[in-house]
Amino acid sequence: MAEYSALALLKNALGGHRGWKPAWRKPEPKPAYDVVIVGGGGHGLATAYYLAKEHGITNVAVLEKGWLGSGNIGRNTTIVRSNYLLPESIRFYDFSVKLWEELSHALNYNVMFSQRGVLNLAHSPAQADDYMRRGNAMRHGGGDAEWLTPAAIARKVPGLDLSGSARFPVVGGLLQARAGTARHDAVAWGYARAADRRGVDILENCEVTGFLREGGRICGVETSRGTIRAGKVAVAVAGSTSRVMALAGIERLPIESHVLQAFVSEALKPFVDCVVTFGAGHLYMSQSDKGGLVFGGDIDGYNSYAQRGNLPVVEEVMSEMVAMFPSLARVRLLRSWGGVMDMSMDGSPIITTGPLPGLYLNCGWCYGGFKATPASGWTFAWTIARDAPHALNAPFTLDRFQRGALIDEKGQGATPRLH
Amino acid sequence: MLIPCPYCGPRDLAEYTYQGDATRARPDPATAGQAAWNAYVYERANPAGPHREHWQHAGGCRAHLVVTRDTVSHAVLAVAPARAGEPS
Repeated sequence: MAEYSALALLKNALGGHRGWKPAWRKPEPKPAYDVVIVGGGGHGLATAYYLAKEHGITNVAVLEKGWLGSGNIGRNTTIVRSNYLLPESIRFYDFSVKLWEELSHALNYNVMFSQRGVLNLAHSPAQADDYMRRGNAMRHGGGDAEWLTPAAIARKVPGLDLSGSARFPVVGGLLQARAGTARHDAVAWGYARAADRRGVDILENCEVTGFLREGGRICGVETSRGTIRAGKVAVAVAGSTSRVMALAGIERLPIESHVLQAFVSEALKPFVDCVVTFGAGHLYMSQSDKGGLVFGGDIDGYNSYAQRGNLPVVEEVMSEMVAMFPSLARVRLLRSWGGVMDMSMDGSPIITTGPLPGLYLNCGWCYGGFKATPASGWTFAWTIARDAPHALNAPFTLDRFQRGALIDEKGQGATPRLH
Repeated sequence: MLIPCPYCGPRDLAEYTYQGDATRARPDPATAGQAAWNAYVYERANPAGPHREHWQHAGGCRAHLVVTRDTVSHAVLAVAPARAGEPS
């Protein structure tokens, strides 16, 4: 198994880098497991890891349709934060940030978690009031938040247009200093290696094509690599949730799949050392360690399973970026791509038992799933192991839509494209 | 993505406003129970493939349209005016 250290690097450099071992096994599927997790993204792998670590359930398989890390875990803009308003969200995402703070040590894998801070810019007195209210809610919930004046913002982010003649003048900003970024691929690889070492089988190129039932209970899956029986089947497939659940006979869910685009510029010298978001539209930007500006905006706003978007959003995102940082107008775009988001009806996730006996569902991450990866895996593992949600995800069960107990951060109602 | 408006011809996506799933049928308030309303408000088929949806040509003739569009390829398969009698 792969071990990374300065000594290993030196040894392998001398050997022409031919001695590195794979980080996880490539096992053949066993006929049966205690738990089968559908979806080898961040959330599925984290769930497998916490099932093994926290609950001692190691006879587990993670089924991935493509290759590991090929979905949204490798397509996001790597931001980790817990700057929410509602108490349920604050508790959940703050727990996630706490897991992030220990993650590299826990996995013995450097996920490059960098608490560089997330700064939300406010552009009107009303928006400033709203952000301060959210900041107070975050502090009340045990998190951190700080209000920055334009003068403090000018010192922190020198490239910003803070002049009075800006199209949307900045009146202040809400900073969450404990927030930041992490290397998303390393998160997938770190969880995969750590789960593999605890006995979890990671089965790549293994697409679920159907579910096995016994007396109304889900008892396994049909896959492109054969039939696999399971005591419990857990689904964590993000934008593909409706497709996979339809195979189990669940035809309707409070989910719509939408496409979100992300962008990387050519590499620049150090330009911005925190995550900055534009409040007069929707833009979030940070700079990677390689120097590229990593940024994104709103979802395209129509149902889509295509992992690519259209030009109006590209134009909008670029114009917002130039409004914020006029000096970036001539920077060239290196890459853009799309991912399929599981937009829920209230903008909050679903981590639940059911909706069928033997089945467990984790979905509805909208476009905020990356930051939740550790807490999502931790609470989903708890829910699978104990057949009941943990206090942290009890508000996020599927039946909240029947009970009217929605967790709607933006107050947009059942309009997924607006969350 | 170009959407052919029945009145204006093929126009860019930027002229249109998406208004969501057109397959949902509003329950009859006189007879529908909570489960029917819950399904109407919150549940979606969310298909991968052809999808009937409402769009408004907001930056053009302002007509409300029912567009059948493939959610995997983004190909527009059919466009018709949204008239009375369509699910709303």
